[in-house]
Amino acid sequence: MSFLITSLAIIVAGGLLSLIFYKSHRFSTAFGAGAAVLGCIIGIVPAVQIIYYGNTETLKLAWDIPLGSFFLQLDPLAAFFLMPIFVLSALVAIYGKEYLRAYREKKLLGISWFFFNLLVASMAMVCLAANTILFLVSWEIMALSSFFLVAFEYEKEDVRKASWTYMIASYLGTACLLPMFLILGTGSNFLDFDNFLKNISPRTADICFILALIGFGTKAGIIPFHVWLPVAHPVAPSPVSALMSGVMIKTGIYGLVRTLTFLGMPPLWWGVLLLVIGIVSGVLGVLFALAQHDLKRLLAYHSIENIGIIAMGIGVGLIGWSTGMPVVAALGFAGGLLHVVNHALFKGLLFLGAGSVFHSVHTLEIDHLGGLIKKMPATGFTFLIGAVAISGLPPLNGFVSEFIIYIAAFSGAIKMDIYPAMFLVSAIAGLALIGGLAAACFTKAFGIVFLGEPRTQEAQKARESSRWMTAPMMGLAAACILIGFLGPLLLPFMSPVTGTILSNPHSAEIQKAADYLLYVTAGSVVFLVLVAVIAGLRSRLLSGRTVGKALTWDCGYAAPTARMQYTASSFAQPVIELFQFFLRTKKHLTIPDTYFPSAANFESHTPDIGREHLYKPVFTGINKFFLRMKIVQEGRMHIYVLYIVITLLVLLFWYMR
Amino acid sequence: MPIASIINICLGLLLAPLLLGIINKTKAFFAGRTGQPLFQAYLDIIKQLRKGVVYSQTTSLIFRAGPVIGLASVLIALAIVPLGGVAAPLAFSGDLLIFAYILGLMRFFTVLAALDTGSSFEGMGASREVLFSALAEPALLIGLAAIARETHAMSLSQMLPAVSFLSPEVVLVTVALLIVYLCENARIPFDDPNTHLELTMIHEVMVLDHSGPDFAFILYGSALKLWVLGLVIIGIVFPASSGSFWFISVISAIGGLFFLAVIVGIIESTMARLRLIRIPQLLVAAGSLSLFAFILVLR
Amino acid sequence: MNSAIEIMMILLVLSDMALLGLSRLRTCISIVSFQGMLLGVLALTMQLSAITPRLILIAAASFIIKGFIFPFLLRRGIREAGAQYEIEPFVGYIMSVIAGLAMLGISFWLGAKLPLFAANTLLIPAALTTLFTGLFLIIARKNALNQCLGYIIMENGIYTFGIVSVAEIPLLVELGILLDVFVAVFVMGIAIYHINREFDHLDSDRLNILKG
Repeated sequence: MSFLITSLAIIVAGGLLSLIFYKSHRFSTAFGAGAAVLGCIIGIVPAVQIIYYGNTETLKLAWDIPLGSFFLQLDPLAAFFLMPIFVLSALVAIYGKEYLRAYREKKLLGISWFFFNLLVASMAMVCLAANTILFLVSWEIMALSSFFLVAFEYEKEDVRKASWTYMIASYLGTACLLPMFLILGTGSNFLDFDNFLKNISPRTADICFILALIGFGTKAGIIPFHVWLPVAHPVAPSPVSALMSGVMIKTGIYGLVRTLTFLGMPPLWWGVLLLVIGIVSGVLGVLFALAQHDLKRLLAYHSIENIGIIAMGIGVGLIGWSTGMPVVAALGFAGGLLHVVNHALFKGLLFLGAGSVFHSVHTLEIDHLGGLIKKMPATGFTFLIGAVAISGLPPLNGFVSEFIIYIAAFSGAIKMDIYPAMFLVSAIAGLALIGGLAAACFTKAFGIVFLGEPRTQEAQKARESSRWMTAPMMGLAAACILIGFLGPLLLPFMSPVTGTILSNPHSAEIQKAADYLLYVTAGSVVFLVLVAVIAGLRSRLLSGRTVGKALTWDCGYAAPTARMQYTASSFAQPVIELFQFFLRTKKHLTIPDTYFPSAANFESHTPDIGREHLYKPVFTGINKFFLRMKIVQEGRMHIYVLYIVITLLVLLFWYMR
Repeated sequence: MPIASIINICLGLLLAPLLLGIINKTKAFFAGRTGQPLFQAYLDIIKQLRKGVVYSQTTSLIFRAGPVIGLASVLIALAIVPLGGVAAPLAFSGDLLIFAYILGLMRFFTVLAALDTGSSFEGMGASREVLFSALAEPALLIGLAAIARETHAMSLSQMLPAVSFLSPEVVLVTVALLIVYLCENARIPFDDPNTHLELTMIHEVMVLDHSGPDFAFILYGSALKLWVLGLVIIGIVFPASSGSFWFISVISAIGGLFFLAVIVGIIESTMARLRLIRIPQLLVAAGSLSLFAFILVLR
Repeated sequence: MNSAIEIMMILLVLSDMALLGLSRLRTCISIVSFQGMLLGVLALTMQLSAITPRLILIAAASFIIKGFIFPFLLRRGIREAGAQYEIEPFVGYIMSVIAGLAMLGISFWLGAKLPLFAANTLLIPAALTTLFTGLFLIIARKNALNQCLGYIIMENGIYTFGIVSVAEIPLLVELGILLDVFVAVFVMGIAIYHINREFDHLDSDRLNILKG
C-alpha cells in the first residue's frame, strides 16, 4: 500500500510541478511525463503482487469530511483494473511527450500535463477507494480532468460542443450513482463499502442494479447512453483519446462489477438484461463504426462495441451465477474482465497509431489517406497487430478473451434449461456477428489508410514518427502478441479476481479453460512454424527465377489515378445498405448529367442513433415543457415582488390555519 | 490412434485438389462436354509452382504475406477436423472456435492483400466478401451449437461421430451448413468461379493479382478449404465408427466427400448466381434454419 | 407415428418461414396449397386408429379445397391483375424472417403456458406460429393477394390448433369453417379483380386515397 501512496503522490506532485513551470514547455513536459511514468512503474508492483498472491491490503485513515473516511482497499479486483491503468498511462505519457511537442508554440503544455497526471491519479483512486465519498470525489476529479483534456483545442467550435456534451452526459450518469450509494449505505455512519447493507431486499437490489447500470454504463459507453463517446474521443488529442478509450471507460465496468459484489446473488433477469445490452451495443457499435469516415470516430464506435463484448461476458457470468453453473459463471466473468485488459492494450495501440498518422499527415479522413505503410512502416505494422487483435482473430489476445466467453456460452447452451440456453445461443450468434463485422471494419480501416496508393498530396508526404512515439506502440503490440500466446499461463491468475466477485474462485473450472487455451497456443505455434516453412519454401522456389515488377492491372485504362481506388465508403457500402434500418445514412450526391465526365460529388453522413432518437427528442421535449413555464418569467420587477408577497401570504395563512 | 490421424491428414493433403476436379467434371457432364481432366487442379498447381512471380509496385509486404498466411491457416483447420470417426491431432474442447476463426484469419489477410493492390476491382470483391462472411459465421456457429447440445460435447472430434442419424434437427443443420459451405467456398449461388467479369466476381477478383507460387498456394488453399468444410458436413451426415474398422469409415467418409462434390457440381449446373441483394437473405435463411434446429434440440 | 407428426409440423413451420421470406407470388400460392394438403394428411394421421368414412370425407374435402381450389382461384386473380412480385413491403424480407423466428419463440413459450394435453409436442407451437404468420402477412404486406394468403394461413393455423384440442371435429363445425373461408376467398377474389380493374394495381396501401 505504501508503494501505491508513493506512486500516486509522485504522479500528483509531477502534475503540480508541471503547472508551476507552465511557462517552459520543456520543464513542464519533463516533470509531467516523467512523474507519470515513474509513478506508474512504482504503482504496478503492488498490483502485480496482489494478483499473484491473491490477498487484500487495506489502509484506513480518519478524515474530517462527514460520512467519509480515507479508506483504501486493494483487493484482486481493484489490482486487476489498476494494471491496465498504470501500464497504458506510462506508455501514453512517453508517447504524449513527443506528440504534444507539435503544440508547444500554441498551447501551455503545463496545464495539460497537470490535468493528465490528475486524471491518472484519480483513475487509480477510483479503483482503490472503499468509501463512497472518496469514490465519488475521485470519480468527479476524473470527469473534470478528462473534460479539460478533451477541450485541449478549445478554440475550435466543435471541440467546445463536444466537451460540453461529454460533461453533461458524465453528470447525468453520476446523478444516478449518488442515490444508489445512499440506498446501499442507509443506516451506517461512514459510507464505507464494508458497511453496506448485507441483506438487501430483492426490490432494492433491482433498483440499485438499474441505477448502477445507467450511472456506470454512461461512463462505460453502453448503448443507449453512449452519445458522448463518438464526439469526445475524436476531438481530444490522440494520447488522451487512447487513455480515455483504453482505461477511463473501463472504470465504468469496474464500478458495475463492484456494485455486483455488494448486491449478492443476482436474479436471472439481470444477466439477461446485461447480455441483451451487450449484444445491442456490440452490433450497433460496429455497424456505426463501419459507417464512419473519420479514423478516430471509427475507433470510438469500436470502443462501444468492445464494451458491448465485455458486458456480454459479464452478462453470461451473471446468468451462470444465478442458475448455479460454476463453469459459466467463472468463465463468463473471466472472459469479460480479461477483455477489459486486452481492449485497453489494443485500443490504446490503435489510437496511438491514429495519432501518429495525424501527427504526420494532419488529417484523419480515411478517404484522404492511403499507402502509408510504405512511408510509416512501424506505425503500419503495429496498427496491423492491433487490427488483427481487435477482430478477435487467433493467435492474438482478442481471440483469447472471446474464446473464454464462447466456452462459457457453449457450456451453458449445452447444459442449461430452455430459456437461459436460448439467451446463451443468442450470445454466441451475437459474438459471431460482431466478430465478422469487426473484421470487415478493420480491413476497411487498415486497408484504405495504410495500403494501396496515397490519395492526396499530404498522404504522399507522410514520414514515420519519432522513436518516442513508435516505441510505446511497439510495446503495446508486443503485449498483444504475448498475451495471445501466454494465455494459458495468465488465465489461472484470474481466479482470485473472479473469486472476489463470486466469493468462490472456481480455480478448477478456470484451470480447465486454461488447459484448452494450451491447445490454442500449441496451434498458434504450429501456425507460425507453418508460415515460416511456407515462406521459406516460396523463397527457395523463387531464388533462381524472375521476380518482376509491374503496375496493378487496371483493365487497360490509360490513365489511372490514386483517387480511382476503392474508397472507405464504397468498401462499407454493402453492409451499410443492408443495415439501413439502424444506420439511416444520409447521402448527398451531385451526379453529372452530361455525356462526358464532369464534376461529381458524393458525401455520406451517419448521425448517431442514440443522439437523434433518444437524447434529442427527450431534451427537446424538456425544453418545450420549460418554455411553457416561461410565462412565469415576466421580466418586470413589480411582478416578482408580487410573487414574493403572495408566497409570504400563503405561508402566513397556512401557518395560522 | 495417432497414426490414423496422421494418415487422415496425409489423405487430405493428397486428395483435396481432386474435389475441384470432381466438381468440374460434374458441371461438364451436365453441359454435355468432356471437360477438364479429373486431375487438372494438380497440374495447375504444379505449373504455377514452377513459374516466376510479378509483384505490383503498389503492394507491400502484406501482399506477399497474404497467400502464405492463408495456406497456413487452412492447414491448421485440417489438423482440427476429424475424418471418419478418428479424432484429429489437435482436438480439444472448443476447437470448433479455432476452426471458425482461423478461417476468418485467412479471409482477413486475403482481403488485406486484395486492398494492397490499390485496384478498384479487388476492393469491390473484398467489400462483398466481408459482408457475406460476417453473415455466414453466425449460421455456422449456431449450427455447431445445436450439434454440441445434442451430443453434449464441445470438440469437433467428439461431436461429429456422435450425431444421431438423420433426425429432423440434423437435416436442418445439414441444409444450413450446406448453404454456408457454398458461401465460404465461393460457389454458385453466391459467386461464379468461372466468370471473369470483374463486376460480378467476389472471390476470384480478390486473387486477381497473384501469380506464380503465390497463386499455387491460393489454389491449393481453396481446395483444402473445400475438403475441410466438407468434412464437417459429411461428419454430421454419415455415421462413423472408430475402433478396429476405422479404415472402412475413413473410406466411406472420403466417398461421402466426393458425393458432396458431385452435389455441389449439380447445384452449380442447375442454378444461376443470385442477385447480390438476395444473398444476405439466403444467409439469414441459413441462420434461421440453424436457430430452428437449435430450438428443436432444446426440447 | 409421433415422429411422422413431428416431421409434418417441422414442414409446416418451414413453410411459414418460406412464406415470410419469399417475394414471388406464384411460389407463395404453391406453398400455401402445400400447407393445405399437409394439413389434410395430418387430420388423417392424427386419427389413424379410428378411421371412419366421415373422417376421410372431411380430410379429402379440406385437401381438395385448400390444395387445389383456393390456389386456382388465387392464380386466376393474379393472372388478371398481372402481378408477379410483391411490391416493397412494409417490413423487409430479412426482418420478416427474423420476426418469424421471434414468433416461433413466443409460440413455444405460449405453448408451454397453456394447459393442453399435447403440450410436449410440436403441434401447439407450430399452430400458433402459423396463426401469427398469417396475421403478420396481413399487416406487413402491401399486395392484396398476400393479405388474402395471410387469411388462408391464419385459417390453417386455427385448423391445426383445432385438431390438437378437439379429439374429433364435429362435421358441422368443420364444414362451417370451411364454407366461411370459401366464401371469404371467393369474395376476396372478386374484390381483387375489381380493385385491379378500378385502380390498375393491387396495392392495398394506396387504398387510403378513398379516405374522405
